[in-house]
Amino acid sequence: MSGLKKYFDQIKPLFEEGGKWHAFQSIYDGFGSFLFVPETTSKSGAHIHDAIDSKRIMSMVVIALMPALLFGMYNIGYQNALAAGKLAETSFMGMFVFGLLAILPKILVSYIVGLGIEFAWAQWKHEEIQEGYLVSGIIIPLIIPVNTPLWMLVLAIAFSVIFVKEIWGGTGMNIFNVAVAARMFLFFSYPSQMTGDKVWVAQDSIFGLGYTLPETFTEATPLGLISQGLNSNATLSDMILGFIPGSIGETSVVAIAIGAVILLWAGIASWKTMASVFLGGIAMALLFTATGSTPIAWYEHIVLGGFCFGAVFMATDPVTSARTETGKWIYGFLIGAVAIIVRVMNPGYPEGMMLAIFFGNMFAPLIDHCVVEANISKRAKRATNK
Amino acid sequence: MANVIKLRKGLDINLKGRAIKKKVECQASKTVALRPSDFTGIVPKVVVREGDHVLAGDALFVNKQFPEVKFASPVSGTVKSILRGERRRVLSVSVEADDKLDYRDFGQHDASKMDGNAVKQLLLEAGLFGYINQLPYAISTDPCTTPKGIFVSALRDMPLANDFEYELEGNEDAFLAGLKALNRIATVHLGVGAKQTAKALTEAQDIDLNVFDGPCPAGNVGVQINHIDPVNRGETVWTVDPTSVIFIGRLFLTGKVDLRKTIAIAGSQIKEPAYADVLEGTQLADILNGKLVATDHVRIINGNPLTGERATLNDYLGAHTSEVTAIPEGDDKEEILGWILPRTKDFSVSRSYFSWLQGKNHEYDLDARIKGGERHMIMSGEYDKVLPMDIYAEFLIKAIITGDIDKQEQLGIYEVSPEDFAVAEFVDSSKLELQKIVRQGLDILRKENA
Repeated sequence: MSGLKKYFDQIKPLFEEGGKWHAFQSIYDGFGSFLFVPETTSKSGAHIHDAIDSKRIMSMVVIALMPALLFGMYNIGYQNALAAGKLAETSFMGMFVFGLLAILPKILVSYIVGLGIEFAWAQWKHEEIQEGYLVSGIIIPLIIPVNTPLWMLVLAIAFSVIFVKEIWGGTGMNIFNVAVAARMFLFFSYPSQMTGDKVWVAQDSIFGLGYTLPETFTEATPLGLISQGLNSNATLSDMILGFIPGSIGETSVVAIAIGAVILLWAGIASWKTMASVFLGGIAMALLFTATGSTPIAWYEHIVLGGFCFGAVFMATDPVTSARTETGKWIYGFLIGAVAIIVRVMNPGYPEGMMLAIFFGNMFAPLIDHCVVEANISKRAKRATNK
Repeated sequence: MANVIKLRKGLDINLKGRAIKKKVECQASKTVALRPSDFTGIVPKVVVREGDHVLAGDALFVNKQFPEVKFASPVSGTVKSILRGERRRVLSVSVEADDKLDYRDFGQHDASKMDGNAVKQLLLEAGLFGYINQLPYAISTDPCTTPKGIFVSALRDMPLANDFEYELEGNEDAFLAGLKALNRIATVHLGVGAKQTAKALTEAQDIDLNVFDGPCPAGNVGVQINHIDPVNRGETVWTVDPTSVIFIGRLFLTGKVDLRKTIAIAGSQIKEPAYADVLEGTQLADILNGKLVATDHVRIINGNPLTGERATLNDYLGAHTSEVTAIPEGDDKEEILGWILPRTKDFSVSRSYFSWLQGKNHEYDLDARIKGGERHMIMSGEYDKVLPMDIYAEFLIKAIITGDIDKQEQLGIYEVSPEDFAVAEFVDSSKLELQKIVRQGLDILRKENA
């Protein structure tokens, strides 16, 4: 590897101020620190540092998302074959590769557009490239329906990266979760492509894999059916394992649970936030079941739709969540409760998680403010009591 | 029985090369120097000229703002040079030592027969007063302040730090005399570690003894104050490092300013980490002579790796420094794909690395690399996990970065010193220079309040 390192050091002057390729300095730096641990040593303060950095953290989150992504690929193929009535004759690999081909363009588009903006912005601002989009870039394809057109994805990502993240100052300064914002953009700009019964099952075969479904084919998500007062025939085990139509990565509770274990074990996601989202959701679902406002059981509310995915991967985003330990409990509970309220009280929105996280993000600074204010007034009281 | 305070937050970093309890010889220094920058916050005015002859205990420079605060020469000899840096700032005043040290005699004193003012006058006169620090601002103390308490922490728990109990051996009387003298000025609160058993610590008379049981930074005097008697706006406390207590005690017992101290020479780049008796202001080249494993790619630190100051062999031992450490610089290391490879040799509190498999007693050979790029604050709660104080660290840091002075005051900036954030700076995944940020915040605040 030493040769590569030497080569990297050799071409460095080209990218520096006045160099031929200075316009690509952010890309050079980005790849340099991607390949090699930066050799910069501390200049002030502590001389030693923990090996953790934001690249490692973001990589762990991406790893934690892998089970949900892989299952999502499989489920795309599975839903397509199921709809075509040819489940028995389709091989596991056939379904998986079909799903892979269906989602790959979305992931590519997501990273090319998102990271492209990120690189350009870093170059313009003379900053280092921030890793935040590594995570958003994989979450966004996972929280949209499989039939979302790529051009919509491009618009949504460009909008959210620029207006929700970069103009605030980049990763760490944004108020709203980038992935949630991208989905909100799609949801409110193109509602017909984000909801209903035409979008959840891939309809065309790709390279001879999968099956082309008739134009008239429709299939709604279980939550969609329930909100229209219909019965979903999905069994509980399907809901937990994930063999139901839905946004690509959100269907399998099992795959998400594996991700949750990774995040909690590595200490990256806050267990307090995660637990309190579930607590809030369960409490609100129980309340609605008791009053008879919802036809399904509380546990079905938790396993259906984007609740688990949102709780594990999106509510726990440290930047947009509450930052005080007490605040995390309130923040999570609020998200869980609001998600169920939106679902149950508003038939127009069969899924409430996206809005709940958006509201949660909005209230997070206020929650923190109240918690910190308590500390401040305690200190003030201590001073005057003397 | 002393008051035991249990602390849960914090982190002990186990570094390779801890000093063993044995004393090694150091080359006797021909030239020693006192650096005004070791006494944070003072503006020095040099009161000697090159070529002057001074006795040990004579003032080399004074605080321009309070000329009664003198800084004593550690040796007798001839003033060799007054080194100035940018804008003629005094960097150091060096003295070429006589073969035999002559001390100025300040006379033996029995502190129990003196009042606080007399003790203070003697310390000022003997040039030791400047060794006392204060909160707020974490600076060399202002002689006009009346402290509500004087805090001494006998626990040094930073990585590779000097074990004070070892330093105390043979200096028990001086330490007790020092405590007794300070106690005349204001109540002395002595903080000791749960594992410290030396009689001079546990049986000191008439003082408030508190035992701190917890990981680093439990030994930080700022952390201890936060648990014993937090500093409120408008109040001042004095903090004295235990070595300076010994200096003060010697003054009362012998009438001399005797600035010999025991330091630890530690770190993975030291051949045989051990202790040594040296004089204040000894040149590091004399201390480290023949002791370094290598001379290239080594970081020499005047102090410990968390709070110390980067140094070269030409620098002089810091006035508040209790150890000199050397670790690998790491600028020649090549590690690929750090974001994904296991990197088992690296230490991390995060379980995304495998340090948790190595057990608590594994010693790490950490280098000076930052190991990541500086980012905005991303993760939450990182600082709070290692800062055992009733302070919202993240919010305080943000208030300092944004220059919001009201918020800083409300969030308790008067209670902190930069070293309290050392462990937080270590664990910070966003790699912010927290100690520098806090220092700048304190300096600005001090200017505003002046």
